[in-house]
Amino acid sequence: MDDMSVRMTMHVEETQTAPIGSEFAVEDKPWQTIVWNDPVNLMSYVTYVFQKLFGYSREHATKLMLDVHHKGKAIVSSGSKDKVEVDVAKLHAAGLWATMEHPS
Amino acid sequence: MIPWERAGETVMTKIDRREATVLRGLVMQIDGMLRQRQDESPQDELAELTGIRTGPSSAPQDPILARLLPDFHRLDDHESSGEERDSAAALRSLHEPELLDLKTGVAAVVLDTCPPNGGTVKLSLEQAEAWLSAVNDVRLALGTTLDVTDDMPEELPEDDPRSPHLGVYQWLTWLQEHLVLALSPESDASDADG
Repeated sequence: MDDMSVRMTMHVEETQTAPIGSEFAVEDKPWQTIVWNDPVNLMSYVTYVFQKLFGYSREHATKLMLDVHHKGKAIVSSGSKDKVEVDVAKLHAAGLWATMEHPS
Repeated sequence: MIPWERAGETVMTKIDRREATVLRGLVMQIDGMLRQRQDESPQDELAELTGIRTGPSSAPQDPILARLLPDFHRLDDHESSGEERDSAAALRSLHEPELLDLKTGVAAVVLDTCPPNGGTVKLSLEQAEAWLSAVNDVRLALGTTLDVTDDMPEELPEDDPRSPHLGVYQWLTWLQEHLVLALSPESDASDADG
């Protein structure tokens, strides 16, 4: 996301309402790795991949897998853009449907 | 085929000739598609000089390849912005060559270790991981072609053209499920029980 355009929009439209410093808060928010539900990937395999790639406990990996299954998606990791980019690439190698987002 | 058995650092199964033919055939098909995509990568002199490879910036048209090589951002919902499209193009170009290498790499492990005429398959844990990824890629491809959904019935009506292929998909599901079981950490404990 282009931070400049966010700032400019804020100044034009929300000069009165945007709290001071909110533009920095946008930059500070971590990126998120999202895994989306798909009908092919097995529940056991998805749990296994979360344990293997992220070192999560079986319990935590299962919880994330169930979120993907029931809610359609789950945030499986977060951090700097570079870290999340690597995580998404690893998930793609494992065949999971993963994307990255920067919440604003 | 029998369920995978884990013995220490080795995972084993037996596969019959027909199963080996089907599996190898499907893995070869996917591998061929991935290699064709590799060949379509832009060639430029700078990349040859620097050794930094760049892949295509747009997603494959083919639905199977598009599923195997996903975008880095969700672009199919209405909220996706121009910046996200640009970023997804740049990230694809940067990461796709390595992803293609990994996927053709795991396919090669299956083709190296699955006897063409059937027989014993004996894998190191690393090779078993490769099988897991390669078999998953085949299931993703078949799932895309068969338009598999969450509530798909076990059997399709006989006149459904997908009906004969669904059996292969279900067999691969079984194969993968048992391989995950054999590789999962807690199976070490169950080994002690025999």
